[in-house]
Amino acid sequence: MKILVAISNVPDTTTKIQFTEGGAKFNPAGVTFIINPYDEWYALVRALELKEANLAEKITLIHVGLADSDATIRKGLALGADDAVRVDAEGPDALFVAEEIANYAKANGYDLILTGKETISYNGASVGGMVAGLMDLPFVSMATTLEVAGSITTVSQDIDGGSQIVECALPLVISCAKGMAEQRIPNMRGIMAARTKPLTVVASTASASTTTVKSFTLSPGRTTCKMISEDNIDELVHLLHTEAKVI
Amino acid sequence: MSVLVYTEINKGRVKKASLECINYAVKIAELTGTTVTAFVNNADAAQFEEIGKAGASKILSAKNATLSSDHLLISAALEQAAKAEGTKVIVFAFDLIGKAVAPRLSAKLKAGLVAGAVDYPTLSGTHLDVKKNVFSGKATAIYTINSDIKIISLIPNSFPVKLGDTKATVSDFILDSSAQASRITIKEVNAISSGTSVPLPEAELVVSAGRGLKGPENWNIIEELAAAIGATTACSRPVADLHWRPHHEHVGQTGLAIRPNLYIAIGISGAIQHLAGVNGSKTIVVINNDKEAPFFKSADYGIIGDAFTVVPKLTEAIKKFKSNQN
Ligand SMILES: Cc1cc2nc3c(=O)[nH]c(=O)nc-3n(C[C@H](O)[C@H](O)[C@H](O)COP(=O)(O)OP(=O)(O)OC[C@H]3O[C@@H](n4cnc5c(N)ncnc54)[C@H](O)[C@@H]3O)c2cc1C
Ligand SMILES: Nc1ncnc2c1ncn2[C@@H]1O[C@H](COP(=O)(O)O)[C@@H](O)[C@H]1O
Repeated sequence: MKILVAISNVPDTTTKIQFTEGGAKFNPAGVTFIINPYDEWYALVRALELKEANLAEKITLIHVGLADSDATIRKGLALGADDAVRVDAEGPDALFVAEEIANYAKANGYDLILTGKETISYNGASVGGMVAGLMDLPFVSMATTLEVAGSITTVSQDIDGGSQIVECALPLVISCAKGMAEQRIPNMRGIMAARTKPLTVVASTASASTTTVKSFTLSPGRTTCKMISEDNIDELVHLLHTEAKVI
Repeated sequence: MSVLVYTEINKGRVKKASLECINYAVKIAELTGTTVTAFVNNADAAQFEEIGKAGASKILSAKNATLSSDHLLISAALEQAAKAEGTKVIVFAFDLIGKAVAPRLSAKLKAGLVAGAVDYPTLSGTHLDVKKNVFSGKATAIYTINSDIKIISLIPNSFPVKLGDTKATVSDFILDSSAQASRITIKEVNAISSGTSVPLPEAELVVSAGRGLKGPENWNIIEELAAAIGATTACSRPVADLHWRPHHEHVGQTGLAIRPNLYIAIGISGAIQHLAGVNGSKTIVVINNDKEAPFFKSADYGIIGDAFTVVPKLTEAIKKFKSNQN
């Protein structure tokens, strides 16, 4: 089994977000970038576990982005992926990214494509389902466990109001959520090995994007917190009713 | 040309998030000079009526045993419906079905998708400008959709539901036989027993607690407060990880992102990963015994005090308020 893991490069959650050009562009200056947590902890680590259990032969990372993502991709290689592909194109548009991934996957043949449940940057939860749609493969979203036996996968997934267990034959696309695996820290050997693992850069093949970002605005945040004494709780109830109008 | 809405039935009712989507689609239909068609599976007369009241003028009614739970079939059905209706805009809720289905449909129809809209779109020429949350709530972005067909999924609880006295016509929808053979087999479904309370993603009122509660045996004060308000309970991640509370209650970056009207956070420090799931709430109340707790910086109302004394007092005050109202 060959596994393709789609990883995105995102600002660490704790970084302060800033925009430039009057809100037209995200400003990466001074931002720490990481592999999107769901892609790393869940999709990639589960793929590594499948390889360690001799259920997968090869794990390839794919990323759609420019050269400034290479350090993030190397971290994925340090964790244990065999090789990586970077599609040299910029595009926060999910359908564009999905088309790049689908085109590459079609040309190179994978049995299993794993993505994270969503990026913590654009929060679309879209790319995985789009890749499946473009390749006409089944898609299982929000997977919390994944077992493979022969050509059959068994996946539990979160659904509204609970969870369900589904079975689906390979090949398919799965988006991975919490529960799938545990976070790993790359060790020295992995980091050394990653330096010489292949990171191939390929040219973009996708069509023009169907959405563009016009402007960004920082969320205003809450400026004042009204403090209420615990001896005056009726005041809180009163404010929730008359001022906030939520009860 | 009508705006198409995927409508879901849940526990015998039209899902609140679906009614919000129909209301939202009505606004788009007004902008683009068309009407709203709702797609629904296995609905009855009372549910048709509610869909009509929310503003749909036509209902495509499917009767299919597996359609509602099979994401591939839902996508195939909507693709078929969109083509038959000549639809240019499709609306989903940004819930677990919307997250699974809208992207597939977007790929099939080459339709630009904005996933997680928080406001009504505006029309600019033939494009739609849609506001959505980005960077886990730290910012919003205006996206322009420039494709011929456009898909928007709306974050639940972004708007209150308005029902009028309009009626919809109902047409039967028969799924093409080519779409029937799904490749996914559902082996087992495990429902969460949320009792009588509203499921967390749809809840307007939420009472949430964190590690400050010390242990699962203390959750009775949280449940009593939630019951008094009519709220759903939630928790921070460590609380779910420690198995004090079930995982489906966990909110934050790794858990659910919610935007209720009222979020009461008790004994939760307010870490950025927690805020990522709740900072869209309309009003936030924080109860914490540490006046330096970061959550106060992201709250509208705060009480510095011990949860074990403050929460029962608040429950009593709410009960008193409710009985005075009646
Ligand atoms: C990548 C990543 C993702 C994460 N995702 C999430 C997520 O999705 N959701 C999430 O919640 N966390 C998440 N976390 C964890 C997050 O960083 C915090 O560790 C967590 O939110 C803390 O939970 P807490 O506030 O319940 O506990 P604590 O941080 O231990 O805070 C307990 C609070 O209770 C107060 N307290 C104690 N006793 C009392 C009392 N008697 N009365 C009143 N107050 C009291 C304390 O003052 C303190 O503020 C994530 C972390 C990482 C690194
Ligand atoms: N630029 C990208 N390159 C590779 N994979 C990506 C990229 N963007 C998103 N993905 C994958 O798609 C998933 C969902 O992303 P999104 O639809 O942006 O929320 C992520 O968790 C990644 O696995």
